[in-house]
Amino acid sequence: MSKVQLSNVTKTYPNGAEAVRGVDMEVESGEFIVFVGPSGCGKSTLLRMVAGLESVTDGQIQIDDRLINDVSPADRDVAMVFQNYALYPHMTVHGNMSYGLKNRGMPKQEINAKVVEAAKMLKIEDFLDRQPNQLSGGQRQRVAMGRAIVREPKVFLFDEPLSNLDAKLRVQMRIEIKRLQRRMNVTSIYVTHDQTEAMTLADRLAVINEGKIEQMGAPIELYNNPATLFVASFIGSPQINLLPAMFDGQYLSSGDLKLEGFVDLPQSKELVLGIRPDELRLSDDGQFPMRVDIVEQHGSDNLIYGAILGAEQESDEETEFCFKTSQDMLPELESNLTLGFDVDRALVFHKDTGERLR
Amino acid sequence: MRNWNWRLISTHAILIVGVLFMSLPVWVAFATSTHSAEHILRNGLQIWPGGDFLSTYNEVLFVEGGVMKAVLGTTMLKNSLILGIGFAIGKVVISMLAAYAIVYFRFRLALPLFWIIFMTLLLPLEVRIIPSYEVVSGLGLLDTHVGLIVPLIASATGTFFFRQFFLSVPDELLEAARLDGATPWGFFIDILVPLSKTMIAAILIIMFVVGWNQYLWPLIMTTKEENYTLVIGIKQIYQILAEGGELPQYQKAFALTILATLPPVLVVLVFQNWFVKGLVESEK
Repeated sequence: MSKVQLSNVTKTYPNGAEAVRGVDMEVESGEFIVFVGPSGCGKSTLLRMVAGLESVTDGQIQIDDRLINDVSPADRDVAMVFQNYALYPHMTVHGNMSYGLKNRGMPKQEINAKVVEAAKMLKIEDFLDRQPNQLSGGQRQRVAMGRAIVREPKVFLFDEPLSNLDAKLRVQMRIEIKRLQRRMNVTSIYVTHDQTEAMTLADRLAVINEGKIEQMGAPIELYNNPATLFVASFIGSPQINLLPAMFDGQYLSSGDLKLEGFVDLPQSKELVLGIRPDELRLSDDGQFPMRVDIVEQHGSDNLIYGAILGAEQESDEETEFCFKTSQDMLPELESNLTLGFDVDRALVFHKDTGERLR
Repeated sequence: MRNWNWRLISTHAILIVGVLFMSLPVWVAFATSTHSAEHILRNGLQIWPGGDFLSTYNEVLFVEGGVMKAVLGTTMLKNSLILGIGFAIGKVVISMLAAYAIVYFRFRLALPLFWIIFMTLLLPLEVRIIPSYEVVSGLGLLDTHVGLIVPLIASATGTFFFRQFFLSVPDELLEAARLDGATPWGFFIDILVPLSKTMIAAILIIMFVVGWNQYLWPLIMTTKEENYTLVIGIKQIYQILAEGGELPQYQKAFALTILATLPPVLVVLVFQNWFVKGLVESEK
């Protein structure tokens, strides 16, 4: 049970590139934190700084109030699961899991007991004598986790551990990681670019963009109340629908469309209206005429993609919306629908700063 | 069908000529070594084996005065083995350590140092043979195994091979080992050396053969007969032949030559699987 504290953590590479720019964060004991963001946003660098694999340019990292900026990775009492597992190919599963303990000078019997216990927990006790190249991807992932578990570290670090697995296995392992973390109650930091993984695993979610935390909070909080345009568009699948718009004091207008019900917005500034696909509904007096382009049937629900007629265009392409509906609604392609939305649940952002206005 | 036959026949003819071209001299040397000195002197080189195989090889290997004045063939064989094995192991150890330093320790001069090591490939032993001799004789190491082996074991080729191999080992392994609390030595011994084992085997084999065939350096280094290697022994026995005196013992010279080629051949035959593996495959 340990907490992790980052204050003003910064990473600048020798070539001047700023990977992380002043991150402040407090991870509570036993909490599952997920860093999510596009590739190159600095989330992995941040994790590797906590692990001690990257030096800290500025700021402080503390585990349980102990400053660890200059402590070697081995002495930080953290364990990490790597994206490509990083198992030692010439060692057996048992060897892989026990190597860290052996280096710490633990007696052999104790090591054995711990390895067997962890292997049982991960259901890999039958493979202890095999080498990694005799295992499937999912089994290797379990071994990598086993290697972390036997150490009984203060903090678990996961660096995109599921991205090498196929879709089905990924969901399975995701649930298992969550269950394991609950059971062991170890503070964990998990890096991913997959927003579904982020939403489902996290106690709290940190959306990272260009080396900074855009917003941090419970996943559902970030989904319902994104602080910026970036968070709104990154969290949620399918993506939020965005519409460029202007406010003239009475209407929020986008091209030929005039939307009623908005008040207290800055006038003659470029704005962006955001509406989640599941906030849209079919309605005869709706505000958006849509021409259906593609219908994706996902089973329980359908996703209908189409151009919003008359809306302002960002580029040459027409502004597309996604509309999430139940499986029995199956419109003809090229047919027109009229969609409505609830003004109270719509989000409005400042286009340039990305700041949320309502 | 006819065309196909001709192609098959001509291909095989070329292959057979090639095989004969390569192996016939070795066979002639062997066949000649099994005849008596008088027979060879009268009839020249022999293509069929004679009846003196056991007596000649016995004399060469085990009888004092059989080849040299005092030293036995087995002693020279032993010296050659010590040189070959010491040379190979020394080269592998030194070049692995050098490559480890260059790849994993990011000191400032790592790259220039690597290129300096690499450039020494252009400087063969012959170029530095006099200063090397000076150093070794100054240290009082003439006529010792240490003096024979140590000046030869720095290896640019080996360093280069191991460097390329280490560069291809994923960084995550190092990072995982660091988190697992491995020391730099621990990582080298526990992870890197086992990963390189096929590579090590391949280089050991090549270097054993190279070391076994060393000629110039042992020739300069050794003054006493009991330190001669087989290769030097062959040279000496031909010299004795040239100086004349008694009946030239051609059969013994050939026997010694055959004995000198056997160990490298055996090593390659026995370890060829490892050798090929080391060159083509890397399990990571």
